[in-house]
Amino acid sequence: MERPLTRNIHPDRPALNLKEYEMTGGYTALRKVCSGMTPAALQKLVQDSNLKGRGGAGFNTGIKWSLIPMGEEAASPKYLICNADEMEPGTFKDRLLLEGNPHQLIEGMILAAYAIQANISYVFLRWAYHKAADLIRKSIQEAYDAGYLGKDILGSGFHLDMHLHTGVGRYMCGEETALLNALEGKRATPRAKPPFPQISGLFGKPTIVNNVETLCCVPHIVNNGIEWFKGLSYSEDGGTKLYGVSGKVKRPGVWELPMGVTMRELIEEHAGGMKDGVELKGVLPGGASTDFLTTQHLDIKMDYKSVAAAGSRLGTGTMIVMDSGTCPVGFVHNLQHFFAQESCGWCTPCREGLPWVEKLLLSLEKGEGKKEDIELLDMHTQLLGPGSTFCALAPGAMEPLQSALKYFRDDFEKHIEHKKCPYD
Amino acid sequence: MLSVTEKQAIDHEIALVPYKKASVIEALKIVQQHRGWISDESVEEIAAYLEISPAEVDSVATFYNLIFRKPVGRHVILLCDSISCYVMGYPRLHKLLEDKLHIRMGGTTADNRFTLLPNVCLGCCDHAPALMIDKDLYRDVEPALLDDILKKYE
Ligand SMILES: Cc1cc2nc3c(=O)[nH]c(=O)nc-3n(C[C@H](O)[C@H](O)[C@H](O)COP(=O)(O)O)c2cc1C
Ligand code: SF4
Ligand code: FES
Repeated sequence: MERPLTRNIHPDRPALNLKEYEMTGGYTALRKVCSGMTPAALQKLVQDSNLKGRGGAGFNTGIKWSLIPMGEEAASPKYLICNADEMEPGTFKDRLLLEGNPHQLIEGMILAAYAIQANISYVFLRWAYHKAADLIRKSIQEAYDAGYLGKDILGSGFHLDMHLHTGVGRYMCGEETALLNALEGKRATPRAKPPFPQISGLFGKPTIVNNVETLCCVPHIVNNGIEWFKGLSYSEDGGTKLYGVSGKVKRPGVWELPMGVTMRELIEEHAGGMKDGVELKGVLPGGASTDFLTTQHLDIKMDYKSVAAAGSRLGTGTMIVMDSGTCPVGFVHNLQHFFAQESCGWCTPCREGLPWVEKLLLSLEKGEGKKEDIELLDMHTQLLGPGSTFCALAPGAMEPLQSALKYFRDDFEKHIEHKKCPYD
Repeated sequence: MLSVTEKQAIDHEIALVPYKKASVIEALKIVQQHRGWISDESVEEIAAYLEISPAEVDSVATFYNLIFRKPVGRHVILLCDSISCYVMGYPRLHKLLEDKLHIRMGGTTADNRFTLLPNVCLGCCDHAPALMIDKDLYRDVEPALLDDILKKYE
């Protein structure tokens, strides 16, 4: 089984420096592209590989790039931004790529920038990733010194500068238009779309924002081709995927596996099954803002389409397991506390609604809830759902809540009947 | 007054962006690095240097949770309170830390040694529960390990 993204990552060894990366075939994709591939051909290659964005939404990366204005007339400079904000609770996959093989990301970014002819690029990195920050800073410098960044890269006439920006907190910085505002020195509130960032992004110029894992796939697609990339996968979405499992399993962790492995294989084989004494009760398949799935869904494939068909989202592909000893009301309260705290306050339903949801859940958890509270929660899942808010934070927050109310409703009701948490 | 070093570092950031104002977050980071936190005076000094209003600087400073608008202790403990850590024992760590340090979440110890703050997911959920002290990450934090960890910070 091939693991192109993590083959050269060994958590107990330091990350590859430039020389070592080159020895593993690093920067050959960039050489190939610089020796005569057109930006349009690179866009087409990535589009046909069916690489889907690994930041959560799963949009075809090549198609996303193709919406960038090209040619002499296009506004400049254009920007390419790597979204390394990774703050979705339960998500720890980009960290592995950032700390394990920074040059793989940098090469992916240079290729992506070439495809859209961007001359300035940023890594937007969350504050807490200090080790990654040091490595990326050092690796960017190595890439400049080797002529992979800067003027006339490998004689192609293409010019690219790259900077590291470290954030100062807030989950909203990961939302791509809020990220642009943060990079412009503003509060991380989202922007209205349209115009899309491809037309008017950072400082009003054409901009692409891609996730770390998405960008890391690009050199491998260039080196090995479309058929190879598609062949890595068990499903129609191309490539491998970094999957993670956390919670009360025997061996929590993150693994690169063919796109489309089943939830059962992840939990039972890779994560070693549940810890002794607890059973599986529910799973958030792709981070805090995805709908619960339960034991009946164990055999679904973890790809974009199959998880959606089961009523949830693949999201970031890092799942959080809820065990039989953990109270679903307390669990969902913890999630809603996060979302209420991280709401940017820009639109009313989210700013007002999420704290109310959090309070309702807290009173239920304390045994002070009333029957009507459950109906109020139901109502909020509608009021804060898709289409009613400015960005996807609030609808994302409602996903685990609405599915908890669906699958674990009796747990909510027991808190009211017994006037206390039955798990205490 | 911003120091010469602070100004130089801010100038370096200004050179990277199309207009001065865009470097306000970097300026806040730089000043906080030197002074530990961002006082009202710091807000005004940054505003004057970037030629924007103090209110504009403050709206940004108060938005981001790792810009401190109040003084913090010599070491800042960021305790992850997100979901995987919640499942794996955050509530116990929270209580233990409050008891050991004799402060509430958000507080600073009387000797100014530690400030205790909650933080969202630290991105190491496979090693929950997790916390950070200054730039050091601690994973799989067993309650029994806390004393040894805290001892390292004077
Ligand atoms: C509240 C919120 C937070 C997000 N956080 C991240 C993040 O930390 N990293 C990320 O790559 N995408 C995040 N996204 C998704 C981005 O908006 C965007 O879709 C993604 O970076 C695009 O990259 P991709 O096309 O390569 O997937 C977030 C979205 C929302 C609504
Ligand atoms: S949904 Fe929430 S996070 Fe998104 S814009 Fe509205 S207030 Fe801000
Ligand atoms: S939930 Fe604590 S590190 Fe992710």
